Amino acid sequence: MNPHMVLRVVSKLLIPIIIVFGLYVHFHGDYSPGGGFQAGVLVAVGVMLYALIYGVEEARRAVPPWTVRAGAALGVLVFAGVGVASWILGGNYLEYEVLHPDTAYKAGQHLGIILVEIGVLLTVFSVILAIFYAFAGRAPDIPDEEW
Amino acid sequence: MIEAFLALFPAAVLAQAPAIMVAAPMLGAALATVLPGGRPAWVVALFCSLITAVFAFVLLFQTWGGEVISYAMGGWAPPLGIEFRIDGLNAPVLLLLGVLSLLGVIFALPSVADEIAPRKQSLFYATFLVCLTGLIGVTSTGDAFNMFVFLEISSIATYILVAMGAEQDRRALTASFNYLVLGTIGATFFVIGVGFLYMATGTLNMHDMALRLVELDDNRVVQVAFAFVIVGLGLKAAMFPLHVWLPNAYSFAPSFVTAFLASTATKVAFYTLIRFIFDVFSVEAPFVSAAFVWVIAALGVIGMIAASVQANFQTDARRLLAFSSVGQLGYMLLGLGIGTAAGVTAGVLHLLNHALMKGALFMALGVFAIRYGVRSINDLRGLGRTMPATASAFSVAGLSLVGIPMTVGFVSKWYLVSAALDRGWWWAVAAIAVSSLLALGYVGRLLASIWLQSPPERALMAAKDRIPVMMLAPMWVLAIANVWFFFDATPIVELARGAAEAALAGAPR
Repeated sequence: MNPHMVLRVVSKLLIPIIIVFGLYVHFHGDYSPGGGFQAGVLVAVGVMLYALIYGVEEARRAVPPWTVRAGAALGVLVFAGVGVASWILGGNYLEYEVLHPDTAYKAGQHLGIILVEIGVLLTVFSVILAIFYAFAGRAPDIPDEEW
Repeated sequence: MIEAFLALFPAAVLAQAPAIMVAAPMLGAALATVLPGGRPAWVVALFCSLITAVFAFVLLFQTWGGEVISYAMGGWAPPLGIEFRIDGLNAPVLLLLGVLSLLGVIFALPSVADEIAPRKQSLFYATFLVCLTGLIGVTSTGDAFNMFVFLEISSIATYILVAMGAEQDRRALTASFNYLVLGTIGATFFVIGVGFLYMATGTLNMHDMALRLVELDDNRVVQVAFAFVIVGLGLKAAMFPLHVWLPNAYSFAPSFVTAFLASTATKVAFYTLIRFIFDVFSVEAPFVSAAFVWVIAALGVIGMIAASVQANFQTDARRLLAFSSVGQLGYMLLGLGIGTAAGVTAGVLHLLNHALMKGALFMALGVFAIRYGVRSINDLRGLGRTMPATASAFSVAGLSLVGIPMTVGFVSKWYLVSAALDRGWWWAVAAIAVSSLLALGYVGRLLASIWLQSPPERALMAAKDRIPVMMLAPMWVLAIANVWFFFDATPIVELARGAAEAALAGAPR
């Protein structure tokens, strides 16, 4: 029987909650403290916990390194793309007001900040994981028996 | 001609020009990250630097008559929102960034293919574009904290670019790490200074800050902020006693990175110094005018002699030129320290000219490196016989560094000497003369090795593989510019004069 049975079961229960909590922090970011950066770290921590319990190889299978690289770029593209969209709609760079016609309730501001924060979420999640993979992928320490 | 050029763009595009300058390389960096190989990423980098070069001209022409462009990022009006502010002072620096990044990227393709592992090339170009984004952002922003953010974006990208030299020489890693530690200290000092300024004035917009600082001359917090900002930015600009990161970073980075950084990164940091000393702080304030003579001019003079002496003792060609860069920065600092319009003109003029010289010199060394893999001065011997054309371009730029007539180096030294004489600073003129003699010494060593010594046997034996035109063309453009702007100095002097006027006009007081 696996000696880490308790850890395995508990982490299986916890990881989905961590990720959902991360997304909650993200989507509440325009009303309350939170936002893409914190959310990105939380979601990445979910994957890191998985890697710690089940091994880095398993984590690499679940979230392959190429998706991490693509995610980092995609996040920046989403962020900068919101700016380009506001250009096309006739505003200044990142002027959220023009994104939505409903100005009474500042719908454009909410939409803009959520979209931009999705970009931040993607990039932060990917970069944190990329750093983790880079360190975890290094040659392991000398095991105790070989001293 | 200016109207005809500006008429090519729709009015909506012209109005967005400051944001396009920053957004184009940022989008390009994200795109280059996911591209498979070095060559497609290079095409993206070329396209982005072309856009920056074109829009740098647009902004220069728009601000030519002394107009100031204020761009409200995100539609939030300054001073509360982040403002991009282009005037006569930063438009020439943007032009320098645009043109030299374009020339640098053209130079990069063969050089990077030779020096960087294929699987890292697309990330290399992405990092370069992030660095360019940061440098353009630092130059265009009108918000002090935003300037710190862009300064860090460009610096962190620079540390990575320097570390990429590790495939040639592992010492690039320690050079990069030293640069990281010192650069971070510099950035921290700067942000502490900005924090103090925010505390004293309650604003982060630099123009607004300048208006409020007029009444705060004897405020101790403002004086401390001034000290922190000067030390922080001086570290980034490699001002003399704070230059220790620079020689190693320049000598172990990949050839293209050295050529690009030497002609842009320290120049941008120097621009931020001008912006803070003249525009944000009030020149009439006693602590600022004292700093002109006792800190800026004094360190400039000490630096231009001490670093030139050190350059004379180097054995590595790129390290020699790196020390020479520190020395040359001394001239620019002296120009600022003189503090008159003529002095600032001379400082900015030397900033532009030095970018032309060092760009050409480091590119020529890159060509030598790709052909023979040479690094030390001893290895340069006989290159005048084996590669006469490149050696000539190197010599032209080298003589310009000394300040021989018929080169731009002479023009900027002429302006600097006359500005010093206007203030009656004979000791500064003497220091310029001594430093020029020292420059003659180290450039002479390089040129003597190239032209007077006979090439080693293996160089004559080596296969005559062709040097890529893409490396030679940008090098020649810069080398010819070194001579061209001596005979037609008006455009470059006008740029510098406009910058000095914009710097000294400052906020209405």
